[in-house]
Amino acid sequence: MTNHWNDYQHSDVFINIGGNTAENHPISMRWIEKAREKKGAKLIAVDPRMSRTAAVADVYVQIRPGTNIAYLAGLIHYALENKAYQSDYVLNYTNASYLINEGFEFDEETGLFSGAFEDPVRNATSYDQETWQYQRDEEGNIKKDPTLSDPNCVLQLMKKHYARYTIENVSNMTGADRAALEESYRLFSTTGKAGKAGNILYAMGITQFTHGAQAVRAIAMAQLLLGNMGIAGGGVNAQRGQSNVQGSTDMAMLYHIIPGYNPTPQQGAHPTLAEYRRLTTPPSGWWANRPKYMVSLLKAFYGDNATERNEFGYQWMPKLDGLDHSHIAMYKAMSEGEIEGMICWADNPAVSGPSARDKRNYQKNLKWLVSVDLFENETASFWEGPGMNPAEIDTEVFILPAAGAYEREGSKANSGRWIQWGWKAQEPPGEAKSDLWIVNELFKRLQANYTAEGGTRPEPITKMFWDYDGPGGEIDIVKVCKDLNGYNTADGSLVTNFVGLKDDGSTACGNWLYSGYYNDYEKPATKNRVKEKEGIGSHLGWSFAWPLNRRIVYNRASADVNGKPYNPDVPVIWWSETEQRWVGNDIPDIPGTWDLETSTKNPFIMLPEGVGRLHCINALRDGSFPAHYEPAESPVPNLLYPRATYNPASQRFYADHTVETDEERARYPYIITTYRLTEHYQSGIQTRNVPWLNELMPELFIELSEELAGELGINNGDDVLIESKRLFIDGNQEGITAKACVTNRIPPVMIQGKKQHIVGMPWHWGFKGMSTGAVTNDLSPSVGDPNTTIPEYKAFLCNVKKA
Amino acid sequence: MDLSRRSFFKLVGTTTATASLVGVGACKAPLASGEALRVRYTKEVHTTCTFCGVGCGLICHVRDGVIVNAEGDPGHPINEGTLCSKGASHYNMSYVFDRHGRPQPNPKRLTKPLYRAPGSDKYEEKDWEWALAEIAAKIKDTRDRNFEETATVDGRAVTVNRTKAISWLGSAFCTCEENYLFHKMARAMGVIQIDHCARL
Repeated sequence: MTNHWNDYQHSDVFINIGGNTAENHPISMRWIEKAREKKGAKLIAVDPRMSRTAAVADVYVQIRPGTNIAYLAGLIHYALENKAYQSDYVLNYTNASYLINEGFEFDEETGLFSGAFEDPVRNATSYDQETWQYQRDEEGNIKKDPTLSDPNCVLQLMKKHYARYTIENVSNMTGADRAALEESYRLFSTTGKAGKAGNILYAMGITQFTHGAQAVRAIAMAQLLLGNMGIAGGGVNAQRGQSNVQGSTDMAMLYHIIPGYNPTPQQGAHPTLAEYRRLTTPPSGWWANRPKYMVSLLKAFYGDNATERNEFGYQWMPKLDGLDHSHIAMYKAMSEGEIEGMICWADNPAVSGPSARDKRNYQKNLKWLVSVDLFENETASFWEGPGMNPAEIDTEVFILPAAGAYEREGSKANSGRWIQWGWKAQEPPGEAKSDLWIVNELFKRLQANYTAEGGTRPEPITKMFWDYDGPGGEIDIVKVCKDLNGYNTADGSLVTNFVGLKDDGSTACGNWLYSGYYNDYEKPATKNRVKEKEGIGSHLGWSFAWPLNRRIVYNRASADVNGKPYNPDVPVIWWSETEQRWVGNDIPDIPGTWDLETSTKNPFIMLPEGVGRLHCINALRDGSFPAHYEPAESPVPNLLYPRATYNPASQRFYADHTVETDEERARYPYIITTYRLTEHYQSGIQTRNVPWLNELMPELFIELSEELAGELGINNGDDVLIESKRLFIDGNQEGITAKACVTNRIPPVMIQGKKQHIVGMPWHWGFKGMSTGAVTNDLSPSVGDPNTTIPEYKAFLCNVKKA
Repeated sequence: MDLSRRSFFKLVGTTTATASLVGVGACKAPLASGEALRVRYTKEVHTTCTFCGVGCGLICHVRDGVIVNAEGDPGHPINEGTLCSKGASHYNMSYVFDRHGRPQPNPKRLTKPLYRAPGSDKYEEKDWEWALAEIAAKIKDTRDRNFEETATVDGRAVTVNRTKAISWLGSAFCTCEENYLFHKMARAMGVIQIDHCARL
């Protein structure tokens, strides 16, 4: 989230797309309701299903699953066509006036951008982005056209790219009602005026597609056009689904990054620290500081063993081989026998992963598996799942009992980046231990083994700084907090914040973004509990938000070029003429040393060009502007780009895995989307073991329309069989069973003149726990976004019949 | 599970019964009058809800080191005392109620390390020392046999120090501090197959 939950109270218009706030982030709905009650804010819900958010919305737009970009591109088109965008914001704070190389093109026949080539390593289209770059003069300065009329300026290229996303075309692609579509665009475009705030909130219904990252881009572009970034009540707000998914991402529980959003070293590009620094450090923008954060991270990792002479231990860190190692690729490697052991902390991919039945089968190739959880989960006990014969499965499984949320202490970062501390209320039951205790004890033993016995290349383990025991010989969390906050290596004193970090080895910091969260042992900021009495709801005295306790990122853009707030009723920050610095109701997202002019030129401080990117370079793999591609499995061709099927840049992992032919489309005629319920959580392993919640929501169901149920002769409560291509095995079609839930919430849509049925299923069930049910993800395909490889759970094809 | 409907309503009533049932939790429900004693003589401990990313404040009422109740924190700026049905059910993850309405430990919670041998159809209980030593030995054995010290890139040897034979999944359920140590340990082992539920 660029903003935060309490800030919702300042929005004038909300679009909730690809998310269901009322049911999946229920308490945040209070802040939407506050805005509606206090200032008459309007809520637009865009969803394939009449969710409980949609039910209370002012405008509901039903769209077919997989057409978010078409909807959002229509909004961009509408704002451009009607000149509803905020002109001075767009001119000054975005790259709208920048000129792009003349070779830049988008082919509407193939749906490809210029620079496309077939990439055999990824088995997909990749792009040489040379033609997407900015035009530069002899001195290297980016060429601009402040009149915004040059045909190669970003604004004109956008107009051209989005010209065909008319109400009529968008309606034909998405199935949305034209009047509802137009009303939603008109209403949201009213926030293109200074003083009005539009807020786009979303969740996995935006991201879990083969074009998910570009859908987020489309949201960001709409918000830049309408001047909604950096302001109170605005923003691109990813509503996070888990209590610390922000924090676990910040800590880089992902193959491609190391803590603080630094790239994992690559064998090709980054053989040395010098090369890493050279290639990952832009000449301008905040990432020019990367060497300070990287060297400090290496010092936190390798302690006194990290010296300038040994590249601060850089070579001990593993390097990537240029390939994908996220969930889908990881399990493919497992299927090929490349992976012997898996360590799984409070994660349950045997239910939550795509094509989960296949994944459980691949786990048979593991020699050993460690699962750390509160309850026995399906990943650990895959060997007793449906269709398994334990006698033939040789995997050794270790289950380690973990502590629940209130049985341990530590911090979690919520969606708004507030790093809040939780105190321990009771001991875990029996011999259960916190994950912190477990990882500490495990690594101490591993390190001791390598120290005592040696082994293959022991240094990366033996040289790792690992001194987290307290006086009693067990984990002391404060020592971990010290690592994360950062300290001066000479005397161990805590640094105040990341401004104090250096690239010479004199500071250590495990994650620069967390620097400042624990900079005082007596009163660590993360434990702050002072609520704001007056102000705009920033609550600067409550916990600590990264970066530097800023609550609204890019908040420089909340004020005009003269430093005056666009909205004087809810001023975020402003330029104080008397003090000659930025002051206000939030921590300015601007270095304190910058004058007004410098800050005006660089409101988006993370980017080298300092302004928001309507046209995007060197960041995404699959285009500089979002374009509509169908999901990997779709019942219809691409209306706009006839030769494009699904995202051409999406990596194909498995052959014959998704529906490709008309014959298959006839066999799997319905679009299925998956979703979550208020009463259960993710793979369900926590909530399916809570009797109160099982009583509220007792079993798995499939939601289908009255019309489809009528056609198929299915009544409410009947057992229904659901089939997909993933369960077409050796010529036999298998399926999973769920109870029919017949509603009027998910009616068919008209697509390109044809009626299309949609069904929906929650995915919280599995074969362990107090409440059991089929694994919905046995149906979903292992295809993903080209940038993130997030799986496409939200739109694929299935067949449904009475069991 | 031995839990009558009546005792369910009685118990959930201490938090936000009405809110749980409509699923939105936007209203503060008063304490049911007969339940006020439950939090008497307890210590209040603050934490945050374990479920979604809103980050609602939670108060745990603790007596003699044991939780007797968990409910929304009225002093928290985001939720101001409210919780949804999941948030209001934390207590039930630790304790369930028998037919007499008495709390009993949730029988599904794991309380001991468990081990499943190759080909076996059951788990055996083990002690921590055995489990940790075994796992450390497995990691070392797999890593030592499947470690790449260098790779050839454009004809020159580059130090890569990695193993592809071990995969590691962290968690959005765990704290920042836990995930940080996960990261350090995984990279020390040379693991590059790292992912977690942020993507799933």
